[in-house]
Amino acid sequence: MTAELLIRSARPYGEGEPVDVLVRDGVVAEIGPGLAGSASVETLDADGLVLLPGLVDLHTHLREPGGEESETVATGSAAAALGGYTAVFAMPNTDPVADSAVVVEHVRRLGEEVGLVDVHPVGAVTVGLAGVRMAELGTMAASRARVRVFSDDGRCVHDPVVMRRALEYASSLDAVIAQHAEDHRLTAGAQAHEGVVAAQLGLAGWPAAAEETIVARDCALAREAGSRLHVCHVSSAHTIAVLRAAKAAGVRVTAEVTPHHLLLTDAALRDYDPVHKVNPPLRTGDDTAAMRAALAEGVIDVVATDHAPHAAQYKDTEWAAARPGMLGLQTALSVVVAACVETAMLDWRGVARVMSERPAEIGGLADQGRPIAVGEPATFCLVDPDGIWTVHGAALASRSTNTPYEGMRLPATVTATVLRGRITARDGKVAN
Amino acid sequence: MRHLLSVTDLDAASAIGLLDTADRLKQALLGREVRKLPTLRGRTVVTMFYENSTRTRVSFEVAGKWMSADTINVAASGSSVGKGESLRDTAATLAAIGADCIVVRHPASGAAHRMAHWAERDAATGAVGPTGPGSSTSVVNAGDGTHEHPTQALLDAATVRDRLGGIAGRRIGIVGDVLHSRVARSNVFLLATLGAEVVLVAPPTLLPVGVAAWPCRVGDALEDELPGLDAVMMLRVQAERMHGAFLPSAREYAVRYGLSERRAALLPDHAVVLHPGPMVRGMEIAPAVADAASSAVLAQVQNGVHVRMAVLYHLLAGAAA
Repeated sequence: MTAELLIRSARPYGEGEPVDVLVRDGVVAEIGPGLAGSASVETLDADGLVLLPGLVDLHTHLREPGGEESETVATGSAAAALGGYTAVFAMPNTDPVADSAVVVEHVRRLGEEVGLVDVHPVGAVTVGLAGVRMAELGTMAASRARVRVFSDDGRCVHDPVVMRRALEYASSLDAVIAQHAEDHRLTAGAQAHEGVVAAQLGLAGWPAAAEETIVARDCALAREAGSRLHVCHVSSAHTIAVLRAAKAAGVRVTAEVTPHHLLLTDAALRDYDPVHKVNPPLRTGDDTAAMRAALAEGVIDVVATDHAPHAAQYKDTEWAAARPGMLGLQTALSVVVAACVETAMLDWRGVARVMSERPAEIGGLADQGRPIAVGEPATFCLVDPDGIWTVHGAALASRSTNTPYEGMRLPATVTATVLRGRITARDGKVAN
Repeated sequence: MRHLLSVTDLDAASAIGLLDTADRLKQALLGREVRKLPTLRGRTVVTMFYENSTRTRVSFEVAGKWMSADTINVAASGSSVGKGESLRDTAATLAAIGADCIVVRHPASGAAHRMAHWAERDAATGAVGPTGPGSSTSVVNAGDGTHEHPTQALLDAATVRDRLGGIAGRRIGIVGDVLHSRVARSNVFLLATLGAEVVLVAPPTLLPVGVAAWPCRVGDALEDELPGLDAVMMLRVQAERMHGAFLPSAREYAVRYGLSERRAALLPDHAVVLHPGPMVRGMEIAPAVADAASSAVLAQVQNGVHVRMAVLYHLLAGAAA
């Protein structure tokens, strides 16, 4: 028996008159008005809502194995599905580090068992994230986890020789190196964006140059290696200029920005609540404006959440002792709508591009971020553009509650998420 | 006033109110054989110092004792991470025990803000709870990382006011490691609130990025500024600053930024010299300058007790008064 799903009256990319989308065995079978399925068809009444390809997150911390007090693959997958995501890339800074085929296959299998979202493990670039010896990239690429993104995220691959070799080596695997761009010599002890707010609060500054200089160096290395470089969580307006020049010169570089760097600034730090502590740090209004413009222009390719759950004991501390990072999966789409759609910098096509299509391309996923068309995978998220909701950390699906948007009213709600024809989340609840 | 966390919580009137109270307390104690006022009898003040300090801790303790408060010193060492109880639990515990006031020094900027938050939140939710109806715990910031040291700025202001007869319109120089100095931050903002013109003189490496937004001016060479100053405050420069490439050497610092006898002679006759201590004699300040009549270093220490008495009085008895 074939499984059928009929999505009634949806507006793909928020454009045109509502249409019905009939899905058969996980693939779009028909698109048009007034469709009907078989007697056993499952229906999803979209009622004129916006239909987008399922969202893809290039930068997620699921914390498992080793950090289960903060998040697990199960709780993180639930948060992803509720946030409209159908694929996430799980960063390797776990315990043990995902620097071997054994660990990446373990994470991949955990994701499959949960089954709410495609979990693609990111492999470490260097053994133990130590930045010294290259991890077995080829073995991880050839494993069941089929790793195509490598990163030491949380730490910068600082040694230029190691970075150069990794870029060269990854090119033979059709993989990309995702760099956490931070010259740690310039950020020793850093607690906040170096500027007016940090100066008054007495917090050691994280200078923009620490990001910009590594990005400039890596673009030169990628140019010479002919390899693909991806820059994680761009936060400084000055980095945009470096990226623009590198792209114009033909360097194969892509870049991401987080939702929080599109919306929040270091003005939020004034009460020293470490829920606002994140690396790279929240910067200024000039920086958020530059991030939005660069995303609209395409200099920044994608939005990636840097979803970083931390249990309360790691966050509800004095500022310097708190771990950096904030939740992102369930708020990302709403924050992008608030920062970029409501300001007319992106339309829904643009949202699909930066949150689904381009991330899938960069991550090497053939069956995600696809057009909404007959014959394509039925992998969607359905968005109510007029929905408004209030964020409460305790009500989010993550195991941790460290959201910087606590109490904020945000636009756009995810009504349903569909992964290859199967509903993974609907009306704020995940599928059983 | 519930807490004293930052001088930016004070407007000019409330700051002057504190200084006036300090003056009155000082007068009240003058000539008394037994230096004891009954004002805070039955109140409990806990000092928690996560960093070494002699003058500030003792000053708060003496201030509490002269007001008849029960003062308790809790020896704390190290940060809260990995060394036992978290700062959050400590704050909640002290609030639950019934401390009326926690005086805290901590190496993390913002630690006093967080303690105030935890004490309040737990009282509000009842998770730990206050000890009785209307009871609540005040927090005094006795120095948090490189952020602020509000009572130091208040005692400096009291000293300047004593010596110069006022603060508004006076030009006050602050010289040295502004970047790492909580004393400098509190003084810049408090003195500006009180109408002084503040001038910073420091090596560019020891000025924070973003200092341009402060209510002060970054001055030129020390020699050029000294003749126009009514007061000059020399900051401590810690030896480890020589390592982080902030400075070439202690010798060069002394040559360019130290208050030598020759430089001190450039000050107007009425000018007062301040130092928050502990002093590195010979580097920041010449011994003869530190001990000269123009030096207010020991007056600062004396005023510290009266200012802290005033702060405790406003926090603990202010509502009832």
